[in-house]
Amino acid sequence: MTDLATSPARGQSQSVRILLRWSLYIALGFFVMIYLLPLFVMITTSLKSLEEIRTGDLVALPREVTIDAWLTAWSGACTGIKCEGVRPYFWNSVLIAVPAVAISTLVGAINGYVVAQWRFRGANVIFALMLFGCFIPFQVVLLPMARVLGIIGIAGTIQGLIFVHVVYGIGFTTLFFRNYYVTIPVELTKAAKVDGAGFFRIFWSIFLPLSLPIIVVTVIWQFTQIWNDFLFGVSFSQAGTQPVTVALNNIVNSTTGVKEYNVDMAAAIIAALPTLLVYVVAGKYFIRGLTAGSVKG
Amino acid sequence: MTKWLEDHLPKLMLAPSFVAVLVFVYGFIAWTAWVSLTRSRLLPKYEIEGLIQYERLFASPRWDTALNNLFIFGALFIVIAMALGLLMAILLDQNIRTEGAIRTIYLYPMALSMIVTGTAWKWILNPGLGLEAMVKGWGFERFSFDWLVDPDMAIYTVVIAALWQSSGFVMALFLAGLRSVDGEIIKAAQVDGIPTWRIYTAIIIPSMAPIFLSAFIVLAHLAIKSFDLVIALTGGGPGFATDLPATYMYAMAFSRGDIGQAASSAMVMMAVVFAIVVPYLYSELRAQKDD
Repeated sequence: MTDLATSPARGQSQSVRILLRWSLYIALGFFVMIYLLPLFVMITTSLKSLEEIRTGDLVALPREVTIDAWLTAWSGACTGIKCEGVRPYFWNSVLIAVPAVAISTLVGAINGYVVAQWRFRGANVIFALMLFGCFIPFQVVLLPMARVLGIIGIAGTIQGLIFVHVVYGIGFTTLFFRNYYVTIPVELTKAAKVDGAGFFRIFWSIFLPLSLPIIVVTVIWQFTQIWNDFLFGVSFSQAGTQPVTVALNNIVNSTTGVKEYNVDMAAAIIAALPTLLVYVVAGKYFIRGLTAGSVKG
Repeated sequence: MTKWLEDHLPKLMLAPSFVAVLVFVYGFIAWTAWVSLTRSRLLPKYEIEGLIQYERLFASPRWDTALNNLFIFGALFIVIAMALGLLMAILLDQNIRTEGAIRTIYLYPMALSMIVTGTAWKWILNPGLGLEAMVKGWGFERFSFDWLVDPDMAIYTVVIAALWQSSGFVMALFLAGLRSVDGEIIKAAQVDGIPTWRIYTAIIIPSMAPIFLSAFIVLAHLAIKSFDLVIALTGGGPGFATDLPATYMYAMAFSRGDIGQAASSAMVMMAVVFAIVVPYLYSELRAQKDD
């Protein structure tokens, strides 16, 4: 804690200090406004009628609140030829994210446990190789992955997307668990081994009960990544299996008919809601994942 | 047999992930590198022909624009995000009573998909009904803000949206850094009557050098990978005015059917990422060993 504000430098008069304090709050408030403005505009626009959008002000509150745009966005907006709203694609995203998050978290936990606690020769090299995989631009694997998915026979399917997200999520999940388990003394594992406990028994009875915080961090990180993914979604899906981000982009950029900005905004909020909700409920863990994933990486 | 299994169980558990990484990361990189040296078009060919794809790539005006855009976008995005992040972190570090709430607001865009961010800013920045129309409505009839549809300025709208998305995150990094500076040194400086701004410029900020490096790496990495935001905000347009290497690669791979170009552009992207990340990772891993 840098306690600069409580003990101001000498020679400042009371009024100068009050003035500084006020400008500080004004500056902070200004940034708050900038950050909230797009969300505010999205929400108000989604509650206006098209007529009001055309005649009214961007930041004005809706004169007449209507949820028609939300209903259209959910079940009637057109993504190209089909007009079913984002609903089916929202469920696609759920069907992709839930198994992919669960599997990659489990695999990461086991990997992290092995790398941190069962340090055999070469384990660190393997870890470094995995870590490196976190940083590649995914463009470099798109082409071969498209072919491999075709060969296995899961191209354009939900399973295919789950597979891709698990494979490229392992690096980060392993990193999270490894950095967490490395702080637990190896002596604990050794003592348990002497007592006759095996690999899984030690994991199950000693490590797993300690792991709740890192599981939360990992699940939130993976969920946010996978839900918000667009590159894999747009590259490896086909009509009917697209995730919600791809459907949203299609709705916004569909060229048929009148441009319905209120529907676009409602669809965007729907696509954003799950990750926003996670952020509001568990922001602390979200930020921990962000900093762990980027700084330590 | 059971004994052998027991002894090798950790290795066996790590093996599938290891194989997956070898194949799907390193094997795939090798495949892409190989194909980037061939004459592949719609279908991959495997006879190596040398650097022909790279010659085509660097002769292409569209790629030229994409690279230029990456430098403009990357430089502005990194520098401004760091400046804004540092400013907001310092402002927030002055014993603000509502710090928690403000921090939450500064950071929430990070939880959003770039597609959502792009959609929102596309609406706000559209000249017909967005900001421009609003300011005109206030009586400034001559006001003009049509960057989104201006080929020369459109890339700056990508910068604006990307800053909105990520600067709060940089703020969080810097705030954590400010809090980790030794309080005793600061107290001593205050006792000596050194003005607050001098304490920041001479003591606190220099001691945060590692955080600047981390922030730089993260932001550079984000910039090079930028794809969704451009697709949602400008679609790479007007024309190809806001193409980035990532959108170029995607267009070649999936709409132009030019696998050779897609592979070679992906390899260039990877080279850029490596040039930035490898020295950093290397120094990080070495520092860990020294501990």
